Amino acid sequence: MRAILFLEDGFTLSGESFGTEGEAAGEVVFNTAMTGYQEILTDPSYKGQIVCMTYPLIGNYGVNIADVESKKLRAEGFIVKEKSKIVSNWRANKPLGDYLRENNVVAIEGLDTRALTRRLRDKGSMKGIISTTDFNAKTLKQKLDKTPSIVGVDLVKEVSCSRAYEWEEDLGIRRLDGVEKQKFSVVAIDCGIKYSILRNLKELVEKVIVVPAKTSLSEILKLKPDGILFSNGPGDPEAVTYVIDTAKDLIGKLRNKELKVAVLGVCLGHQILGIAFGGKAKKLKFGHHGGNHPVKDLETGRIDITSQNHNFVIPPETIPDKELFQTHLNLYDRTPEGSRHKKLPVMSVQFHPESGPGPFDARYIFGEFIKLMK
Amino acid sequence: MPKRKDLEKILIIGSGPIIISQACEFDYSGAQACKALKEEGYKVVLLNSNPATIMTDPDLADATYIEPVTVEVLEKIIIKEKPCACLPTLGGQTALNVAFEAAKKGIFKKYNVELIGANEEAIAKAEDRELFKKAMSEAGIDLPRSRTIYSEKEGQDALNFVGLPCVLRPAFTLGGTGGGIAYNIEEYWEILKRGIDLSLIHEVLIEEYLSGWKEFELEVMRDTKDNVVIICSIENFDPMGVHTGDSITVAPIQTLTDVEYQKMRVDAIKAIRAIGVETGGSNVQFAVNPNDGRMVIIEMNPRVSRSSALASKATGFPIAKIAAKLAVGYTLDEVPNDITKETPASF
Repeated sequence: MRAILFLEDGFTLSGESFGTEGEAAGEVVFNTAMTGYQEILTDPSYKGQIVCMTYPLIGNYGVNIADVESKKLRAEGFIVKEKSKIVSNWRANKPLGDYLRENNVVAIEGLDTRALTRRLRDKGSMKGIISTTDFNAKTLKQKLDKTPSIVGVDLVKEVSCSRAYEWEEDLGIRRLDGVEKQKFSVVAIDCGIKYSILRNLKELVEKVIVVPAKTSLSEILKLKPDGILFSNGPGDPEAVTYVIDTAKDLIGKLRNKELKVAVLGVCLGHQILGIAFGGKAKKLKFGHHGGNHPVKDLETGRIDITSQNHNFVIPPETIPDKELFQTHLNLYDRTPEGSRHKKLPVMSVQFHPESGPGPFDARYIFGEFIKLMK
Repeated sequence: MPKRKDLEKILIIGSGPIIISQACEFDYSGAQACKALKEEGYKVVLLNSNPATIMTDPDLADATYIEPVTVEVLEKIIIKEKPCACLPTLGGQTALNVAFEAAKKGIFKKYNVELIGANEEAIAKAEDRELFKKAMSEAGIDLPRSRTIYSEKEGQDALNFVGLPCVLRPAFTLGGTGGGIAYNIEEYWEILKRGIDLSLIHEVLIEEYLSGWKEFELEVMRDTKDNVVIICSIENFDPMGVHTGDSITVAPIQTLTDVEYQKMRVDAIKAIRAIGVETGGSNVQFAVNPNDGRMVIIEMNPRVSRSSALASKATGFPIAKIAAKLAVGYTLDEVPNDITKETPASF
């Protein structure tokens, strides 16, 4: 069945549908990971976005029940050059196309993803719509105009959990070396948290509790955590005012020495902490989405290949608190990738130490978080 | 670290005659190395018995010896040319074997020639099956299950451990005969009894039979600062049992999920560190059971391999050229990435 991709600047590509029939609109981004499409589709940070994979053949290893980053598919739409016609992997339980159809995700294949990626790189990310029903540029443009941009929109409320729960799964098949669990308890504020973050935490500490993004600091403190994690999540950090308030509250109490708790921010959580310290978010031209971003640890000089997924960044010069120093740097475009406070037990990273998908190089960040609890 | 100034003349060992799927791959790597080293101002001496190669063209090296690639010839060239160092990692298995043999005979020490690219210890660890197994299990990397037994009595225990199907290899039999593949218990005992009898020292190695498993390779590079980069991942179209040289290979890996690929990546990095290759490229091979996903390391070549040429062309990352530069002291963050021109080769 024919499908069309229409961008807000009028750029149009035609292909074949391989997901559900219908229409999907969102911000179109490209992802450079060669593996991990199932993790990408289920990553809540992709809420509001249509993902184009730059790797040209997708679906080779099918999908399975374990490689998910949340309980459902989150990307608004999916774009690939070619969907693999065969599936080969011992864990696969169905082909990608079936998975997309069963979960109502619109997808398009057979178009020039390289041309699309070049356009997004040159002009910056923009809104787009995939349709299997409407091929008229005029009406598609009208629909796109009605689609909100991701700037200034709170997408976290659409992906956060509705009530608190305890997380039980550890790394399992993702484990490299066994480590002893510490008798700590961590509360993770769910802004659209990826399961891999929770799996990594549960591997290291005894208790992991996930709370909805709107949970107040006093409610969180009732759980007596040793560590608090501000999770990844979709969209514009400035729009998630209630989590920023929680972070400000927490930083205030840490400054007044009213409590002792370690804080880690990941991706959106890193941005939220940056804003709580007085910083200001800026949208990147086309964001970082992929599993191959080199990041330098400025203290040790070590270079890790990291997994990334963000459209916004907090430029360090916007942060008035000079005790918050930069710990990591992206070697592709020199953007900031992590910060840490000189006096407070607060650290955060813009990349994804949990990978999922991507290299396991940066897992040590969770170990650093545990050290802050001691 | 910048390039070494204490080396003046470097001897490169070529790959010699064409053998299984080893044709121009090592001519490509050797020629790249000659150019890279000359570009850095070193004098290059070359040994290669194959005149039908680009690398033996008169203007590529400063001195070219079209002679048999043997320890004897190598020693004569060393006496005549007095090189400071010998680079054996770009001429395939032939070059590595000759260098290893020469090292064991103490030839490099005798004439004060430094082995660069891979040292004797690293070559020994990668080439000797027992040392390799030891290094890998110490690094926590899974290997094919195997056991060596010396009597029929130990047979049941070994069978329980290794499982079927398995390969039985009697040690020291006349003409290397008497081994075989056992698919069932009857065959196992038959081959085992025969093997124990035929082996002059009554020793039989029993190994998990990997035929039909998926076969993968990673091209890895490491420098003296311990930067490690994965240049390319490769999947063999044909499974284990078909020689890589006879198989279609595809880059990158096609049928591993992200978790499986990342674990392989971690193991490959562990392997290159465990073997101790400090400067240059290595090729690490894995097999994955298509039924339960068990991943084992099969072997590691502490040298540029036949897959390196494919990997270089597929990625644009000239492995042999960069391996040569690392061998003379550069680190990956000092060598520019040929694709981007702007970023270093360390990522």
